[in-house]
Amino acid sequence: MQETYPIFTKEMKKTHTILIPGMLPLHFTLLRAALRSCGYKAEVLQNTDRSVIETGLKYVNNDICYPALLVIGQFINALESGKYDPDKVALIITQTGGGCRASNYIYLLRKGLAQAGFNNVPVISLNVSGMEDQPGFDLSATMLRRFLAAVVYGDALMYLINKTRPYEAVQGAADELAQSWLSRLDGFFQSGKAHALSSIQKLSTAITRDFADLPVNTRKKIKVGIVGEIYIKYAALGNNNLEKFLQKQNCEYMVPGLLNFIMYCADTYLTDYKLYGGSLLKYGTTKAAFWYLERLEKVLRKALSTPPFTAPASYAETKAMAKGVIGYGNNMGEGWLLTAEMLELAKNGYNNIICAQPFGCLPNHIAGRGMINRIKELVEDANILPIDYDASASKVNQENRIKLMLATAQS
Amino acid sequence: MQIGLDIGSTTIKIAVLDDAGTLQFAKYERHYSQIAEKMQQLLAELHLKMPLLKTAHMAVSGSAGIGIAESCGLQFVQEVFAEKVCTERLNPGTEAVIELGGEDAKLLFLGRHFDARMNDSCAGGTGAFIDQMASLLSVATEDMNALAQQASTRYTIASRCGVFAKSDIQPLLNQGAAKTDLAASIFDAVASQAVTGLAKGRPITGKVLYLGGPLTFMSELRRSFDKILKIEGHCPENSLYYVAMGAAFCAENKVDLTELPARLAAVGAQHDFDHLDPLFASQAEYDEFMERHDSERIEHGDISAAAEAYIGIDAGSTTIKIAVISPSGQLLDSFYQSNKGNPVIAIKEYLQDFYIKYPHCRILGSAVTGYGEDLIRNGFSADYGIVETMAHFIAARQLQPDVDFILDIGGQDIKCLKIHNGCIDNIFLNEACSSGCGSFLQTFAEILGYSAEEFARIGLFADKPVNLGSRCTVFMNSSVKQAQKDGASVANISAGLSLSIVKNALYKVIRPGSKESIGKHIVVQGGTFLNDCVLRAFEKEMGLTVVRPNIAGLMGAYGAALYARSRQQETGHVSTLADAAALSDFFHEVKAVTCGLCSNHCHLTVNTFASGKRFISGNRCERPVTHCAPDDTFNLYRQKLQLLEALKGVPGKRGRIGLPLGLNMYELLPFWHAFFTRLGFEVITSPVYDKTIYQKGQNTIPSDTVCYPAKLMHGHIKWLLEHDITTIFYPCMTYNVDENSAENCYNCPVVAYYPEVLHANMHDLDNATYIFDYLGLSNKKVLLKKLQQICREHFPDIGSSELKAALQEAYAAYNKFEAQVKELGQNIINTARSQHKPIVVLAGRPYHIDPKVNHSIDRLITTMGAALVSEDAVSSHISMQELNDDLQVLNQWTYHSRLYAAAKYVSQCDGMYMVHLVSFGCGCDAITADECRRILEEHGQIYTQIKIDDIDNLGAAKIRLRSLFAAAGLES
Repeated sequence: MQETYPIFTKEMKKTHTILIPGMLPLHFTLLRAALRSCGYKAEVLQNTDRSVIETGLKYVNNDICYPALLVIGQFINALESGKYDPDKVALIITQTGGGCRASNYIYLLRKGLAQAGFNNVPVISLNVSGMEDQPGFDLSATMLRRFLAAVVYGDALMYLINKTRPYEAVQGAADELAQSWLSRLDGFFQSGKAHALSSIQKLSTAITRDFADLPVNTRKKIKVGIVGEIYIKYAALGNNNLEKFLQKQNCEYMVPGLLNFIMYCADTYLTDYKLYGGSLLKYGTTKAAFWYLERLEKVLRKALSTPPFTAPASYAETKAMAKGVIGYGNNMGEGWLLTAEMLELAKNGYNNIICAQPFGCLPNHIAGRGMINRIKELVEDANILPIDYDASASKVNQENRIKLMLATAQS
Repeated sequence: MQIGLDIGSTTIKIAVLDDAGTLQFAKYERHYSQIAEKMQQLLAELHLKMPLLKTAHMAVSGSAGIGIAESCGLQFVQEVFAEKVCTERLNPGTEAVIELGGEDAKLLFLGRHFDARMNDSCAGGTGAFIDQMASLLSVATEDMNALAQQASTRYTIASRCGVFAKSDIQPLLNQGAAKTDLAASIFDAVASQAVTGLAKGRPITGKVLYLGGPLTFMSELRRSFDKILKIEGHCPENSLYYVAMGAAFCAENKVDLTELPARLAAVGAQHDFDHLDPLFASQAEYDEFMERHDSERIEHGDISAAAEAYIGIDAGSTTIKIAVISPSGQLLDSFYQSNKGNPVIAIKEYLQDFYIKYPHCRILGSAVTGYGEDLIRNGFSADYGIVETMAHFIAARQLQPDVDFILDIGGQDIKCLKIHNGCIDNIFLNEACSSGCGSFLQTFAEILGYSAEEFARIGLFADKPVNLGSRCTVFMNSSVKQAQKDGASVANISAGLSLSIVKNALYKVIRPGSKESIGKHIVVQGGTFLNDCVLRAFEKEMGLTVVRPNIAGLMGAYGAALYARSRQQETGHVSTLADAAALSDFFHEVKAVTCGLCSNHCHLTVNTFASGKRFISGNRCERPVTHCAPDDTFNLYRQKLQLLEALKGVPGKRGRIGLPLGLNMYELLPFWHAFFTRLGFEVITSPVYDKTIYQKGQNTIPSDTVCYPAKLMHGHIKWLLEHDITTIFYPCMTYNVDENSAENCYNCPVVAYYPEVLHANMHDLDNATYIFDYLGLSNKKVLLKKLQQICREHFPDIGSSELKAALQEAYAAYNKFEAQVKELGQNIINTARSQHKPIVVLAGRPYHIDPKVNHSIDRLITTMGAALVSEDAVSSHISMQELNDDLQVLNQWTYHSRLYAAAKYVSQCDGMYMVHLVSFGCGCDAITADECRRILEEHGQIYTQIKIDDIDNLGAAKIRLRSLFAAAGLES
C-alpha cells in the first residue's frame, strides 16, 4: 500500500483533537471520556442535518452503503463547517477487517478527504488486527480496557433508558438521569476509577439502582425490537430518527447492546480458526480477549438483574438461538448474530421487529432478509419488517410500513 | 354513521356506512395532492346527500392520510390493516388479498398465519408503473386493457423497477413490436413482480381477492394474476373502497362534521418540506445568467437561398432530430419530434417534405447517429454512420474550439466526454438508474399541466426548491408526491427536479473529484439543458460557468451533419441518400420474429425495404444475418464455457450429485467435478443455456435487491431437483482461493453465504440431501478434516485415503483449468496482436461468463472486431508487490484483486482495453469500479463500465463499446 496519506504521529496526541463520528450518543460520549483519560483530545460530532447527506453524496460513490456515505459525509461536513482547524484535527474510524465492504471505509474516507482538499487530516483506524501504521495511537491494553468499560456503561444506560422511558411518571426523567450519570462517569474515567472490573460492577449497579428508583406508571406499550446493520440500527441520522418515531407511536423498544457485537467479532476469529485454520497465536490471544469480554458481560448482566429489571439474554444464549438456523461461519457484517438477535427478541416478548439496513446491504441479504421466512416458521407470531434506509428513500413510506407492523401487532 | 377516508398517493376515497355496516355513500377522486381541499369537497358532497348528518365516527387511512390525520386530530388506521378488517367482515374465508395502489402494492395473508406485506422501495408493479408504461406507449392508461385483450405474443420485461422496464420496452418499441403485445407483457410483468416480490416464496392459494384501482378496472391484469397464481381470483363489489370501508369499520372517534371543514381549511398546506437554496439569489444574477447564455449561438442560414446542404439525422430512443447545414456550417433547417415508436416514417415524411419545399437544394452528404443508426442508414441509404458521442463532440467543437468537457443530458441518456488535445480522452455514460432523467422532467411537467418551457420558467425563481434526492426517477417520483402533500408549490418542484437531475448526472455519472477536474471550457447540451433551471442548477452546483448552445437539443444531428460534410469534402463521395423518386415508392415492413439459431432466442425485428434490402435488429451476433455460426476464435468467454461444459458426469458407484452452476461454481466446477468424479459420483451440473432458469426459482427469492447472479441460484437448485437429483453440494465459503495477490482472500458476502439463503427459503430442499457446510480450499489439511466430517455424516463408506486421493485430483484439475484459461487467453492475445486486432479485457467475476448474466455482450464485442479475454487470463501478469504498491483500497477479495491486476496490466499495454462488467446491486463494485477507473485513468486509458441485470437490452452496451472504440481511434 502506498503510504502517501498523513500519519497520526506521537506529537499529534498533544496538538490534535480526534473527531469521532456520531453513532451511539451514550456510548460515544463515554468513549470520548475514555480517550480523554488516556491523554487524547476528542470530540463526538454533532452535525446531523441534511447537509451531512448532501456532502456524503458529493464525496462518496453513491452506490456505496449508506453508513459509509453518512460517516464520511459527517466528517467532511464538519471540516467544511469551519468549526475546526483542519491542521489541528484527526479523524477516527473503526475497521473490522471482515469480508464486508465496511473494511474499506477508511480508504473511501481518505479518497473523499483528498477530493475535498483535506489531504493533511490524518485518519486513525480503530482496529484490533494491527491494520494501519499510526505511531501516535497505540491501542494499549489499558486503553482497550477503558474503551470496553465505556461500552459496558453505554449498554447499561441504553438498556435502562429503553426499559424505563416508556413508563416514566415524570416525562424526561430517564434521559435526565442518564445525562447526569454520563457526566459522573466522565469524572470517574478521568480519575482512572471507571475501568477496573470491580469499579464497573459497583458503578453499573449504582446506575441500575438509580433507574429502579425512578417513579413509573403502568402503561400498555407495543414492544418492538430493533436490529440490523450496526450503524443504521443505532444512529438516528441513519434511520431517520426511528427511536423518536417509535416513542411517539406508543412503543417500548429494545436495541441489543454493543458488547454483543464486540463479542461476536472476537468469536468470529475463533470460529474461522476451527473452520479454516489460521494463526494459533492469534487464536490464543483472541481466546483470552473473549474470556475478558465474558467477564465484562457477567458483570453487566449481574448489575442489570437488580429488580425490577431482568438482564437481557447473554451472548451465549443468543448464540444458541441461531443453531440449526444459520451457520456460525456466516460472519461478515452482522452475520449470524443478526439472525440470532431476531430470534432472541421474538422469543422473549419483542416479537415485533424492525430490521434496519442500508439499501442493498450485502450481508443482510443473507442474515437479515434471507432468514425472515425461516424465523417466521420457527416463531409463529414473529412480525418482522425489514426496512431499507438510503439518502433518497421516502420517509413516509418507511413510517407507513412501521405503522402497518404496529397495527398488525395490536390485532 | 361510520365514515372512512382512504387517501392514497393519487386518489382519495370516502365510504359512509350506516350502523348496520351497509355502504350508504361512496366516492373516489384524484386529489392532485390537494388533500385538504379535496376532503372538504367530498364532505360537502356528503352534506348535500345527507344534510341531517351532523356527527359521525370517522377515521382516515392511506399513505397520504398520515399527515392530515395528525394535523386535524383524526384517527388514523393503517391501510393494509383497514383492508384486513373490511375483508374479514365482508368476505369471510378469504385467504389472500392482493391490492395494487398508486405507489404501493400489498399482499395480505389472512387466517391463522396472518401476514401483511408491502412492496420494497425499489419494486415496480404498481399503478404508477402502469401509468408510466402507458405514457411510454403513448396510450391512455384506460386503453391498456383493450390493447392487452388483442395481444398475440408476449415478451419478458424486467419489472422490478419502472426505469428498468423502460430500458426493455423502448428498444422493443423501436424495433416495431406491437403495442397490443407490449400492453399484455406489461401486465404480466406487473403480476410477476407483485407475486414474487411480495409472496417471497409463500404460496398464494384458496380464495383470493383483488382490490384497488388497477385490478378493479383492468380485467386483463386480473387475468395475468390468475395465470401466474394458477387460480381464479375474485374482484368483489366495491373493490375500490375496501380500505375506506375498513377505516369506517375501525372508526372510534366521534367527529363534528359541521366543524371539520374549518379545521381542514386551517390546515391547508403546511409548507414544511426539506428544501435547498433558490437557484437565483437576485434579479441581477438572473439577468447576468440570461445575457451570458444568449450569446452562445450557432448561426442560422437562409434555406430558401441555399443550393447545397448536408444533412445529419439523430435517431434517438424516443426522439428524432434532424439538422440541415450549409457547406459553411450554418444551420439551414431543423426538425425535432418524438419518433412515436417508428422513426422510419417520421424521417421519410421529413425528407419528402424537404424535397418538395426546397427543390433547388441539393443534398451533398448525409450521416446518421443514435440508437436507430443502422436501421435508418439502411432504409434511406444514408452515406455515413457515426457513434453519438463522436457526433456530440464534433458539434461542440464547432461552437467552442477548445472545449475540454461536454455534458449531454438527453431524454433517456446522460453522456459526458472529456477532451484532451482535441481527442476524446474519457467517456462517462449513465447506467440504468440514471436513465430517463430528461424525459422524466418533461413527463412531470405534462402531468402537472404545463409545457416544458413554462415548467422551467416558473422554477427559475422558486424560493425553496424541494430536495427530491438523486437516486433515480422512481425515488424522485415518490419524493415529489410527498413534497406536494407537504404543500410544495409547482415552482419549487420544478426547481427541485432540475437540481435532482443535475446531481444525478454529477454524482452518479461523472463523479468529478473537484470542479477543476471537470475542465475550463465546458459545453452542455442535449434537450434537457434547454431548461434554464437545469442549466442554472448545474452551474450553481459546481460553481462554474458553462456554454450552452442555442440548439442544445440538436447537437447530435448537427454533429452528424458536420461529419457528413467533412467526410464528403475529403472523399468527394456522391451522396446515396434516398431521393424524391426513391421515396415515392418507399416501402417498409416490420416483422417480429424469434431467432431460433441458438439458445439466446433473440427477439429479432426484420425490416424489409422497397429495394428488397432487409435489415435485422435485436440480434446479438451475426448469425441471423450471415447464417454462419458465430466465430469464437477470439472469444475467451466462450472458450471457458466450453471447458466447463466438457466436464460431463461419469456414472459411478455412488450415484448422482448435483452442482448448481452459478456464482463461484463457475470458478470451482473443475475442482468439485474432479473430486466427486474420483469418488465415484456422477456429477450433474445445472445447465448454462436455459433461459427458463430464472423464472423457475423466482418465487423463492427473499431479497429483491440482491444481484442477478445470486437470484439465478434459486432456479439452478430448482432445475436439479426437477431432474431428480436428491443430493446437492453447494458449500458456504467465506474465503476464496488464495492467490497470494492480496491482503486477504475473501469472497463477497453474497457469494460466500448464498447457500444459506437457499436452505432457508427453498422448501423443496427439505426432501433432498443438501450439503452446504462451511469450508475453504486454502488449508488442505483443514479441508480434508472438514470433508471427512461431511462424509461421516452423508457418505460413511468413503475412507480417508480415498478422500485424500480425490482431493489431490481436485487441486490438480483446478490448477489445470486455471492454466488452460491462461494459455487460451495468451493465444488469443498473441494472435490478436499479430493481426493488429484490438483486445478487450472483459473484466468481471467468474460467473459473468454465464450468457444468462452477460446477455452475450462477449459476442457483441467480438462481432465488433475485437479479441476478447477475461480478467483471470491476464491478472497473473502483475505481481502482488507491483499491484499493492499502487492500490488505494483495501485489497481483500480474490475476485476483486484480479480486477485490479487486470486494470493494471491493461494500463500497461497498447491496443488493450478494459470493459468492466458490473452486476446491479453489487455493493462491492462501488469500490472496485472507482479503483479500476483510477488505475486506468492514471495511465491515460478509458474506463468503460457495463452494468447488467435482468434487462435484456444491449443498446446501451453497444453505445458504450462503440464510444470506447471511437475514442481509441479504432472506429472511423
